[in-house]
Amino acid sequence: MSDYQNTRRPGIAWRGLMDRCEPLIEWAIRLCGYSAILFIFAILFFIIWESRSALFGGVNLIEFFTSTRWQPTSEVRPEYGILALIVGTVCVTALAMLFAVPLGLGAAVFISEFCSGKPKEILKIVIELLAAIPSIVWGFIGYMVLGPIIMWTTGAAVGVNMLNGSIILALMSVPIIVSVGEDSLKAVPDSFREAALSLGASRWEIVYRVLFPAAKNGLLAAVLLGVGRAIGETMAVLMCTGHAVQIPRSPLDPVRTLTATIASELGEAVSGGIHYGALFLIGLVLFVMTFAVNLAADLVVKGIRNEQ
Amino acid sequence: MTPQMDFSLIILTALVCGCGDSHQSATAIRNEGSDTMVNIAQAWAEEYNQKRQDVKVQVLGGGSGVGIASLIDGNCDMANTSRKMKPDEVKEVEEKHAAKPQEIIVGYDALAIYVHKGNPLDSISLEELADLYGENGTLTKWSELELPLGSIKNDRIVRINRQSSSGTYFYFRETVLGKGKDMKLGSVDANGSKDAVSLISRTPGAIGYSGMGYATDEVKMLLVSRRRGELGVAPTLENARNGTYPITRPLQIYVIGKPTGAVKEYLDWILSPEGQEVVLQLGYVPLETNK
Repeated sequence: MSDYQNTRRPGIAWRGLMDRCEPLIEWAIRLCGYSAILFIFAILFFIIWESRSALFGGVNLIEFFTSTRWQPTSEVRPEYGILALIVGTVCVTALAMLFAVPLGLGAAVFISEFCSGKPKEILKIVIELLAAIPSIVWGFIGYMVLGPIIMWTTGAAVGVNMLNGSIILALMSVPIIVSVGEDSLKAVPDSFREAALSLGASRWEIVYRVLFPAAKNGLLAAVLLGVGRAIGETMAVLMCTGHAVQIPRSPLDPVRTLTATIASELGEAVSGGIHYGALFLIGLVLFVMTFAVNLAADLVVKGIRNEQ
Repeated sequence: MTPQMDFSLIILTALVCGCGDSHQSATAIRNEGSDTMVNIAQAWAEEYNQKRQDVKVQVLGGGSGVGIASLIDGNCDMANTSRKMKPDEVKEVEEKHAAKPQEIIVGYDALAIYVHKGNPLDSISLEELADLYGENGTLTKWSELELPLGSIKNDRIVRINRQSSSGTYFYFRETVLGKGKDMKLGSVDANGSKDAVSLISRTPGAIGYSGMGYATDEVKMLLVSRRRGELGVAPTLENARNGTYPITRPLQIYVIGKPTGAVKEYLDWILSPEGQEVVLQLGYVPLETNK
């Protein structure tokens, strides 16, 4: 009994201290929350500030978005046209999603609906592990393993190309699609499944006719998050896409993405110069692109919450 | 994501080295720049450290431009470059440090033209290279060079180039295409001399350029002539020295003002027969024999 009292006393004192400190802690936590907003605006300001040499005078913005010629170090006339880079990014991402969406959603359906017990746990852990592989390792796999395979099977002139980059990006975004997709399938109430079963629906009909419509927002958000991952990825695409400034005519052509251009050229661009500014302007374009994708994903997720 | 990681790594190494050095009161020389020269610079640093344990030379790559930028910002003592400093860079040094940059030539580099080892091509001319790499160039297929395709399955010539800010890129553009010419877009741009060679070794239909020192068993170096149809010259030390090989360039180290103290001693050692032996061993062209 006395032991009990002894252990309790400091607890009460601690409580009292906590009570007095509570407003302080509340403010600290509030600050943590708001700091995210602060950081976003600080980053946005930083990118715009660093791109000022290109944004205000150095680069013709119409040419920037409509020209396919990226010749930043030309002695004749430096040209800063990122259309080929935007097309490269969009093509690689789109092709990656063509692989990743069926694979990711298929895996999500399997884990959530057709799998249980130990295999389910193992699969979940393995897929989480897949997400933990560093992008440079993915890059090496694409460069050393996938490249020769692609050349051998398709007769492509060069193994580092759009197809290679897309497959690697697909493998990188699958874990996100699987885990978000599985969560949204799990969120569909069991009563839906029971009702469908009682009406004599097969398992496939349950997935296709009941679960997909019910979880469509969550699945869409999963896909969009995968897209966001693919657009922003840098190191792996730098190593696997071939890094060639051109509008691709086939998936076997090398392409260049926005992120890879920044990564390979920023180191040697003269700080404050037009080339430097143009690279930050690319950063701004990327910021806007990923912001749009994430915002779309967010609105879609919000849609789910409102429905439920 | 990764470039930031690189920077923080560099900072971390710099911090760690900095702390270690101040502790042992050893002199540190910071040496940064050209990726072409990073192998030589590293070998010099190691060899010199065996002789003089009180001097630590810290070598970083990144490119000629990175080295010069670091020199201007005062982040390194010696900048390795495979190109001459540009006038605006010289001006920036003078403005910031009130002293002129000093250029010391420490060796020569011959740019070799590499193809896959199974490629039947043996020789190429600067004219053909310009037709292949230059804007408005028309050469795009191996069959246009009139040779049996051999192990090349795809007739398309895969041009391996370097990222447009690299010193090697500038040098190749100026020497092969001529001043004031642009490269044709759409080449596969490798992110380092070694990457370029390793990509060629994996791609039967590829052609590219890199320093002579990067040759491996998987690639073949072509004989190079100035004009179409002329007899090609092999990229050997001999030919680079006597100037018959058409793509040779000086490698230099820049310092600010007249070098003094540890930096001067290090530079003197680099220019000595012992230091030049390192240049030769790594497949570059040493100074002595060039005079």
